[in-house]
Amino acid sequence: MLTYIIRRLLQGVVVLLAVSLICFVIFRYMGDPVLTLAGRYATQEQIQEVRKSLGLDQPTYVQYVKFLWNAAHGNFGKSYVSRVPALGLILERFPATFELATCAILISLVFGVGFGVLVALRPYAWHSRAIMAGSLGGISMPTFLTGILLIMIFAVYVGILPPFGRGKTVEVGFWRTGLLTVDGIRHLILPAITLSTYQLAVLLRLTRAGMREVMAEEYIKTAWAKGLSPMTVIVKHALRNVLIPVVTMAGLQFGELIAFAIVTETIFQWPGMGNLLLTSIYETDQPVIVTYIMMAAVIIISINILVDIFYAVLNPKIRYD
Amino acid sequence: MAESDHLLDLQHLKTYFYTFEGVARAVDDVSFFLDPGEVLGIVGESGCGKSVTAQSIMRLIPQPPGKIVEGRILFDGRDLVRLSMGEMRGIRGNRIAMIFQEPMTSLNPVYTIGNQISEMFRLHMGLGRREGLNRAVEMLKKVQIPAPEKRVGEYPHQLSGGMRQRAMIAMALACDPEILIADEPTTALDVTVQAQILDLMLKLKEDFDTAIMMITHDLGVIAEIARRVVVMYAGRIVEEAETVPLFEDPKHPYTQGLLRSIPKLGRRGAGERTRLVEIKGIVPGLLDLPEGCRFSPRCPQVMGICRKKDPPLGRIGPGRTVRCWLYFDEPGKD
Repeated sequence: MLTYIIRRLLQGVVVLLAVSLICFVIFRYMGDPVLTLAGRYATQEQIQEVRKSLGLDQPTYVQYVKFLWNAAHGNFGKSYVSRVPALGLILERFPATFELATCAILISLVFGVGFGVLVALRPYAWHSRAIMAGSLGGISMPTFLTGILLIMIFAVYVGILPPFGRGKTVEVGFWRTGLLTVDGIRHLILPAITLSTYQLAVLLRLTRAGMREVMAEEYIKTAWAKGLSPMTVIVKHALRNVLIPVVTMAGLQFGELIAFAIVTETIFQWPGMGNLLLTSIYETDQPVIVTYIMMAAVIIISINILVDIFYAVLNPKIRYD
Repeated sequence: MAESDHLLDLQHLKTYFYTFEGVARAVDDVSFFLDPGEVLGIVGESGCGKSVTAQSIMRLIPQPPGKIVEGRILFDGRDLVRLSMGEMRGIRGNRIAMIFQEPMTSLNPVYTIGNQISEMFRLHMGLGRREGLNRAVEMLKKVQIPAPEKRVGEYPHQLSGGMRQRAMIAMALACDPEILIADEPTTALDVTVQAQILDLMLKLKEDFDTAIMMITHDLGVIAEIARRVVVMYAGRIVEEAETVPLFEDPKHPYTQGLLRSIPKLGRRGAGERTRLVEIKGIVPGLLDLPEGCRFSPRCPQVMGICRKKDPPLGRIGPGRTVRCWLYFDEPGKD
């Protein structure tokens, strides 16, 4: 197990190197940051000076090694716009996105698995047909439409939930949370639902398919023949087996939700990383963009490793040696 | 009045499946009984209704599409067909246990053997976790699994097929049931392992004083283990007899065909080759059964009446019944 984790971590480092190379290319060759920084009316000398101060006059490979060295020390350069370290800027936004993504994935897990089981057990009941129709909507409706519709209904017409922002937040250590205030939670509901709909529908369909397959297995027949109650048969004997692929899927989705909650964050003006990324792209704030990409890579790689470890916990057939 | 002299008494059981193509009469008027400590063999080809009969006794027929339409299953003064699911759960596993054909897939892959066996003790005897595991080790010892203390903590995929079937038997016998229904328990195993499992079952039958209902398509298994045999064909009983008379003098043409299709050693004289005899044709689909006797399209001794009228299941000797016009006068009455 330990050797497996170490091997996976090393693989992760290789992936990060590849990502960093792409980042560097973006950093270096997509537009000239010097022009942006020095301003449109800078003289040739001023431009040269800025170029030198940024180290952009050195050969490419030296620049790349420097970039790597700095990145390894958490130094991704300063934002061109706000003149503060890019990493700090992103980490400051991280809690907002993390809380949003966590709530979204919890919603999709609870309702996706719950409804999935319900639908699998009674495929022809009217509520099952309604849920399946709804899940089709969840899969096919684009996120921005879901978000806008929810705002229209709950914030505009009914007026019980706020349409944007994160509401009141509390600082716990370095972590700025909105989960401890009623206002924060009220602000969280709509974006979390919006972000969860697609994942919810996917998990629902996965659970349903898995459940229907597992309920026909021989060991479920054995479980009934033992005299177990339907609850035990379904939850202990069937669901546990269904959860193996579902948890894998949910884990992978979680990484994506954290890294790419951009659309939802934009609609709800959620002060998270996705929102920051979008602003930075508008402003060609390359250090922030690059840092964001590197962060996303780190998050997705670590969640992948965690999912693999958890997979071994759920499935006794998998032993990483 | 659910009175019966037998431990288990099936009376005119009918289990049908309602499908889009029509009604499949998987078990059609089946009656037999089982006495305490007895081994009853139920033989037939695939699809003859033997497994559905077993699942009907356990009330494990998926409903819909299946349904027990008629008949009674008397056990301990009660009709199992009429019990509520809650009452049935007290009987399943506890007083009537069942083991299945595929030891590879009959155990839950994500729980240890110990967990799955001790579940029986926790459920039916209210034992705690630790106590249940101790009893599980004991059970594994009884089914002659080596190093039981180690095996309780292992998962099904770490055990061989024979070991798993032993574990299944341990699980089934955990609560000392009065009846063990074994649905093709040896079919998926190697021949040598088959013999070991059968020996084990016979030995445990004595130790636990359990009646066994052995469902199989393998007459060799029957010869080895059963005292009495019920032969089924297309959802019906076609012959019932004690094992020795059945093997020496099969009455129904189907039974005769089954026996002729087993290879025998030493029956081949010098220079003479005897071919294995097969039963021609295939088992009829349950949705379009032939008119008259269900075996008539494949029967080598078919007569005119067989194609028109269904023969009754009649008695032709002590403990011997057969469903064939060869042994009865053509009834002008009825």
